[in-house]
Amino acid sequence: MDELIQKLKGEIIEVLNLEDIEPDDIDEKDSLFNDGLGLDSIDALELIVLLDRNYDLRLEKDEEGIKVFYSVESMAKYITAHKK
Amino acid sequence: MSRISSHIRIEDFKVWKNGELILDYNETRELNKFLKAVYKLLGMKYMKFFKMDSLSKMGLIGAELLLDQNSLMEKYKAEEIAVVLANASASLDVDRKYYNTIKDAENYFPSPALFVYTLPNIVLGEICIRHGFKGENAFFIQKELDSDFIYDYNEDLLLQKDQNAIISGWVEVNADSYKAVMYLIEKEEGDIKHLPNNIKSLFLTQN
Repeated sequence: MDELIQKLKGEIIEVLNLEDIEPDDIDEKDSLFNDGLGLDSIDALELIVLLDRNYDLRLEKDEEGIKVFYSVESMAKYITAHKK
Repeated sequence: MSRISSHIRIEDFKVWKNGELILDYNETRELNKFLKAVYKLLGMKYMKFFKMDSLSKMGLIGAELLLDQNSLMEKYKAEEIAVVLANASASLDVDRKYYNTIKDAENYFPSPALFVYTLPNIVLGEICIRHGFKGENAFFIQKELDSDFIYDYNEDLLLQKDQNAIISGWVEVNADSYKAVMYLIEKEEGDIKHLPNNIKSLFLTQN
């Protein structure tokens, strides 16, 4: 799980062009949106694409998004539970 | 008589402000790294910059250079500040990048972050969001800067549409080719008269 969290941090920084942010700057338990990394709705769409492209995972219900994309940790848990 | 109170040029990995060379970048020949260097030179703290396409980055930096130490919002109402730009390639640079995310049916992952920039007028919105401007906006596609047309359009905004300041000019990015020549028009401030020939001179001169 720790390895996946580190990998995810790197992927998020890359796809969202989070310049000047290092993986260690992101706390895996912090909110990705609002007070955390301050991501916006377009970033949320990029995270959905990231899950699809890199992990072959698609959310089955829209409502899942809020929980899955709450933090890096919640994304890692979802990937671990659903990986094919 | 309206006047040009400030002008900038970004071209050939160099940046000029009011005719003075302020950056001669030699580290790489990559546009985005060059734009990042200008961003840092300006001391900007605006993370959204990094998510923008090259056209918006260029326009945002151009506006930042023009407005350095000139707080338009202290002099004019937000509704009185317009942004009028033009270029030849519209958003073709990012259109091409977006197309690369959808052209292969076996690897079809449309990028939302690229898609939102697939219109040239997005750069106007980015400048207005950054500075809080709420005046008139227009983006024109021209083979080359039509100084007579853009002069007429901007004078009409100043005389008929209650605009008191206009960020105007040319912001072009197409693959490795790029150029920005931007100028700030104000009704009563500035050393250069706002006239078509003077706009043409700003566009053609090498500094």
